[in-house]
Amino acid sequence: MSSGAPDAGRAGGREAGRDPVRVRVCPDGPLLLRGADEVMDADGRAHPVTRPVVAVCVCGGTARAPWCDGTHALLNKRRAANNS
Amino acid sequence: MHLPRPRGPISEAVVEVVRGGRAEIPSVTDIRSEDAQIALWTVYELAYRGFGDASPDAERDLELLRWRHHAEDLLEAELRDLTRAAVDEARAAAATVEGRLRALVDAGPSTPLARHLQRRATREQVLAYLVERSVYHLKESDPQAFVLGRVDGPAKVALGELLYDEYGGGRPERLHSHLYAEALEACGLDATYGAYIDQVEAPTLLSNNVMSLFAMQRRLRGASLGHLAAFEATSTDPCRRIAVGIERVGLPDAAAAYFHEHVEADAVHEQVVMGDICGAAVAAEPAIEDDLLLGAATCLIIDAEASQALYDAITAPAPELAGAGR
Repeated sequence: MSSGAPDAGRAGGREAGRDPVRVRVCPDGPLLLRGADEVMDADGRAHPVTRPVVAVCVCGGTARAPWCDGTHALLNKRRAANNS
Repeated sequence: MHLPRPRGPISEAVVEVVRGGRAEIPSVTDIRSEDAQIALWTVYELAYRGFGDASPDAERDLELLRWRHHAEDLLEAELRDLTRAAVDEARAAAATVEGRLRALVDAGPSTPLARHLQRRATREQVLAYLVERSVYHLKESDPQAFVLGRVDGPAKVALGELLYDEYGGGRPERLHSHLYAEALEACGLDATYGAYIDQVEAPTLLSNNVMSLFAMQRRLRGASLGHLAAFEATSTDPCRRIAVGIERVGLPDAAAAYFHEHVEADAVHEQVVMGDICGAAVAAEPAIEDDLLLGAATCLIIDAEASQALYDAITAPAPELAGAGR
């Protein structure tokens, strides 16, 4: 990053010289976040990001909130079984 | 690590040649036999950490290469036969590679092992599981790392990202194979690389060897990526159950920590490998899709066989693996 004035490169919350946070929506799965520093959970607690990509739960079923723990796969399977 | 104990005439000859001696290695009649599997594992291991008592140039020995070629052809043919029906079904079930991988995973065989470890297994049975899986987890992701140089563009970037996470994300203490070694040590088990190779069963050797088969040949790069996809997509649920089981039988936190880490990491990796690695790899090279499905189906079928065999062994009335925790 440049050593110039800290706010000089800010545009729409994005710092100069730093990649934007990228979010990918996974079909029937979590949100994949790249480049985030922390994720705020529903109770307002900040969880630091410690790996290159993180998966954030959107199904509400995880036991490791805010992170995905794969529970959506079981919920999807159950839902499919109920619909058939 | 020292060369493993031979389990028959093939592995006896392979070990002799790896040591620097001369022997004609017999042809394989049953590729699934423990003799053939430990022989193949030994030949592959020359490309990983190797053996202290191996000849320095064994990796390029022509007799070993000749035999490996013969054994690999048999194994590949066996895997193509074994997976054909599942691959055809997955191909008919969806139009995209990600959809086809999901269809394979959804239809894949299941075994009672993870549920047993979660709910009923004794401490000794959990230890036997940790021992059997040490063959892979002490070199976790090393087979897939061979593939990085054989793909390009977005698939390479995403595979590099996944491997970086597996390899600790810049922190040696988070290296996954190191976390597994810590888990073994905390349980009073031997964390030395290869320590238990002489006691693991043929299905476990086979499940390790298929990863090396796909990883060592550029031609099979698609199969290696497909194997990784199925592996990651079937990991979070068993890891969650095994962590519970480890805590239930009162083994140390370090042992459960490895599996807790994998619930979180593999939930990420599943998405990365399905969408970002496999999708991109097939977009760049449509011709590898068949092998991608071969690799995924192989992982599902062969790993289920290994899980079932281990379940049968640890729950048998006179469990052969009961001494694993000595």
